[in-house]
Amino acid sequence: MKLKRVYAIFLRQMFLLRRNKTRFANIFLWITLDVVLWGFVTKYFSSTGTVHVDLVSTLLGAIILWDFLIRVQQGVMVAFFEDVWSQNFLNLFASPLSVKEYVSGLVLTSIVTSTVGLLFMLVFAGIAFGYNVFVLGTYLFFFLLTLFLFGLALGIFTTGVVLRLGPASEWFAWPIPFLLGPFAGVFYPVSTLPALLRPISKLLPPSYTFEGMRTLLTAGTPDISSLLMGVVLAVFYVLLAYFFFVRIYRLVLRNGLITRFSAESMSG
Amino acid sequence: MDNQSILEVKGLTKIYGTAKAVDAISFSVRAGEIVGLLGPNGAGKTTTINMILGVLEPSGGSVEIFRNELKRNRGNIMERVNFAAIYAHVPGNQSVWENLYIFGLLYGVDNLKEKISMLLKEFSLEEFADTKAGILSSGEQTRVALAKAMINTPKLLLLDEPTASLDPSTALLTRDKIRKYAAHEQAAILWTSHNMHEVEVVCDRVLFLSHGRILLEGNPKTLTREYKKKNLEELFITIAREPLSLEITS
Repeated sequence: MKLKRVYAIFLRQMFLLRRNKTRFANIFLWITLDVVLWGFVTKYFSSTGTVHVDLVSTLLGAIILWDFLIRVQQGVMVAFFEDVWSQNFLNLFASPLSVKEYVSGLVLTSIVTSTVGLLFMLVFAGIAFGYNVFVLGTYLFFFLLTLFLFGLALGIFTTGVVLRLGPASEWFAWPIPFLLGPFAGVFYPVSTLPALLRPISKLLPPSYTFEGMRTLLTAGTPDISSLLMGVVLAVFYVLLAYFFFVRIYRLVLRNGLITRFSAESMSG
Repeated sequence: MDNQSILEVKGLTKIYGTAKAVDAISFSVRAGEIVGLLGPNGAGKTTTINMILGVLEPSGGSVEIFRNELKRNRGNIMERVNFAAIYAHVPGNQSVWENLYIFGLLYGVDNLKEKISMLLKEFSLEEFADTKAGILSSGEQTRVALAKAMINTPKLLLLDEPTASLDPSTALLTRDKIRKYAAHEQAAILWTSHNMHEVEVVCDRVLFLSHGRILLEGNPKTLTREYKKKNLEELFITIAREPLSLEITS
């Protein structure tokens, strides 16, 4: 693997961001709206005096971490879509670039854009609603690591799906986090779900993060083995997503789709 | 494989379902040689080029470049190979300079900024360096694609209809530039074109493809005499319309 090529994939995205400022909307606009919306929801429920937990830390904090996961997924996905939209695959994969270097470039892009987004959310929520992420202490590392890895896994998986089914399947990629949200325990404890649906949560690494965060804020100490389980599961999904992407890449090399990648050519 | 051979294709085959797009073709291209890959639409030219670039997996046969098997050493081999194709413009949402810089990094080019300056001058693109590639005319975009194809000073250059959208004057200059490049760098060039005059002027040797098979091969200046045709265009039309009869008469 040559780092220069990974850097090239990353730098292309930075050039695109610099050239067209509307791309910053994807990093900052939605998270700003989310923090504002949920910040006021939190403020309202707190003012009713009917809720006896620190809603800013539990609910707004969960929204911020969940948004971080979405930013990670979209960091990978949007960087990939830029190559889809500009029909750049032939140029890229006819160069010495390997699939490992390409995916690494997408991941590097996601690390930078999601980190910038997270820092912005934390500062903004801190100033506007008094949110303090440091109440999570050293556990924050586990929470962020799990969400970051699972966001990467979702990003790589969805790009693999679009690579296989074509640009027209883009509609499938965007709502994936929202499909998983109800089972991830972001807004409420997993125990709120019907018993039949709870096993789905066990398969989702974010559920370990959000359950752990709630336990930390209400009871004191979360279960470390449960947090580690979340990390291990997230690593497993990253590997699975990467192998899925490589498999799809080999398939499109075999059937020639990579050389004529457009919505029309994929429809059969 | 002779010592001078840069590209060696052996029994290369691509099958889609039951259709053979490329049917066990074999040929080589030597250092400093320009070989024309000719044939009607759907003959298998682009499929062949895609397999040589490693973006399409062959169903059979092998591709050796610089005496290395492509599927085993693709990363190293492709640092000295490049291509330009009418259907593969560089991304339109980046400037010409940014595109050349990104591709320069991908191809591992040393002294990249100097190389880009040289190419911008060479292809008369200096005034467009900061312009988004997508808003250039198709001829200008073709020049950008050619500049990208030269970014790593390739020893094997694959050109799929490189002058198709250029005006006659620019096409003439481009042909001349590529001929000189092949001679100066001792680069092997595989060139597809539907412009038979261009092929006669540029190519040292041509391969006629029809239905995925090489029907004939030879010097474009002497083939017409051998097959009793007025010019290369007439020969091309004969092959396109009646490939089997030509096989029999040859």
